[in-house]
Amino acid sequence: MAEKYDLQEREVWDGNFAASQALRQAQVDVVAAYPITPSTPIVENYGSYVANGYIDGEFVMVESEHAAMSGCIGASASGGRVSTATSSQGFALMAEVLYQASGMRLPIVLNVVNRALASPLNVRGDHADMYLGRDSGWIQLGSFNAQEAYDLALCAFRIGEHHDVRLPVMVHQDGFITSHTAQNVYPLTDEAAYKFVGEFKGVDDMLDFSRPVTYGAQTEEDWHFEHKAKQHKALMDSRPIIDQVLAEFKELTGREYKRVESYNMEDADVAIVALGTTVETARVAAEQLRKDEGIKAGVVAIRCFRPFPFDEVREALANTKSIAVTDRSSPGGAMGAFFNEVTAAMYTSENRPMVTGFVYGLGGRDFSIDEAKRIYKEQMAHIEAGHITTQIQQFSGLRGPKLGFFETKRG
Amino acid sequence: MSVEAHDLKLLANDNRGLSELENGTGLVGWHEVTQGSILPSFDGDATGIAHKKSEERTYSGYNSYTATVASWRVEKPVYNRDICIDCQNCWVWCPDTSILSRDKQMIGIDYDHCKGCGVCVEVCPTNPKSLLMFVESTPFEDALSTWPEKKKKEK
Repeated sequence: MAEKYDLQEREVWDGNFAASQALRQAQVDVVAAYPITPSTPIVENYGSYVANGYIDGEFVMVESEHAAMSGCIGASASGGRVSTATSSQGFALMAEVLYQASGMRLPIVLNVVNRALASPLNVRGDHADMYLGRDSGWIQLGSFNAQEAYDLALCAFRIGEHHDVRLPVMVHQDGFITSHTAQNVYPLTDEAAYKFVGEFKGVDDMLDFSRPVTYGAQTEEDWHFEHKAKQHKALMDSRPIIDQVLAEFKELTGREYKRVESYNMEDADVAIVALGTTVETARVAAEQLRKDEGIKAGVVAIRCFRPFPFDEVREALANTKSIAVTDRSSPGGAMGAFFNEVTAAMYTSENRPMVTGFVYGLGGRDFSIDEAKRIYKEQMAHIEAGHITTQIQQFSGLRGPKLGFFETKRG
Repeated sequence: MSVEAHDLKLLANDNRGLSELENGTGLVGWHEVTQGSILPSFDGDATGIAHKKSEERTYSGYNSYTATVASWRVEKPVYNRDICIDCQNCWVWCPDTSILSRDKQMIGIDYDHCKGCGVCVEVCPTNPKSLLMFVESTPFEDALSTWPEKKKKEK
């Protein structure tokens, strides 16, 4: 029996500590981990909870992130509740095994503390690692502060382990900005948290000796496609279940989460679409512009990056005239991936608003309120001109001569 | 010894090697494949099945036991009961569990799963060997009739 952990109604936690507390309260059976900055404290804290008797679990120290996710797969396939954390290079090394976890439909929860990918080496936050996981078949939830990192980690177990879902889930938080900023966090009691997450109920457990199973079958051109299609459909079908779990969480805590969050969007002419902590910056900018300059600015935030909320994005942005989509990852010779996805959704909307993309914040470069305001005003200029007046892909917060690509053929 | 005994089906109801591993057979749509491509090894409750002999187990259609890969083989091991001393070396070393043994007595080869690697021949300690590799198409009678004599120790 685990020791009682003393919790206050209000705690001062950073994102890492908050995530590790969620793992403790969910009574995670196994964490196989290879710690990496800035996610280290999540697994480090879990290890200390095990060592100090606060949880009946197993911390497995492995030799790499590839092995960490492999260990998680073994433990999950055996029939346990499993979680780990990683960032950046560690995430990249894990990438091969991420596809194994989702392909085998194992509900592992991976806390990803977003960090830039080398080279050049960088420990600060951007979304390069998150983007690397975007085709991996995992559900990807985004938190914008420590409270959300905690809340969504609890929800992640419920969602992933739901028998109509059975998929692994990533809970993202921005490196340092969220992971190392101490904020007020209101935790649930251990009893309430565990009651919400619920007992782990296995499917195809390898330790069920009454029904031995083979994991990791080989399929070639005659079977592979059907399995991947079924897996994709499972991701798509997880959308209402994610909504249901988030609704139940709201009932329990009063804290409301949606797969797409809208702020000041009811009458917005211009919008910034963002992921992660940038959302909070853009919200402040939008509020100030509304108050000081009468610009109808709003923010659309993607809480659930995968499965991509195509319908909800379209709905949230339906009445806007000009949209700035922000990509915090170097696009490597294309438009930003997030820009592409939002634009694809808007292309099939009634009024097809103008969309431009901004690559910003790479390697933890600050994204300021003033810069968000400048982007909003640029959208207003597009509206006034009736067409996009700048290049479609721009770089925000970059030193040197103005860098941008592609011009509109409309208007 | 009879030729049938070489390609041994242990019991009439043994479901070993029933299907060929072939592309394009038994295909179903995406909605019918198993979740996570996870395959149950046995039909029904398998509690205690580890204590049963292979011919008594309810291997499922997903289990490799019920499939044959005999066509992968170029050379096959042939077994000579008259020389074998039942040391079980081949049983221990075979990487495909294709040496069939009951009550510590070698009884034959599972030609549905043997890949013809020849390890059993290498580890056989008798003189002459009780297992030898022959081209796949060699009839068992021909193989047994050309078995080498005992080698004399060289001085």
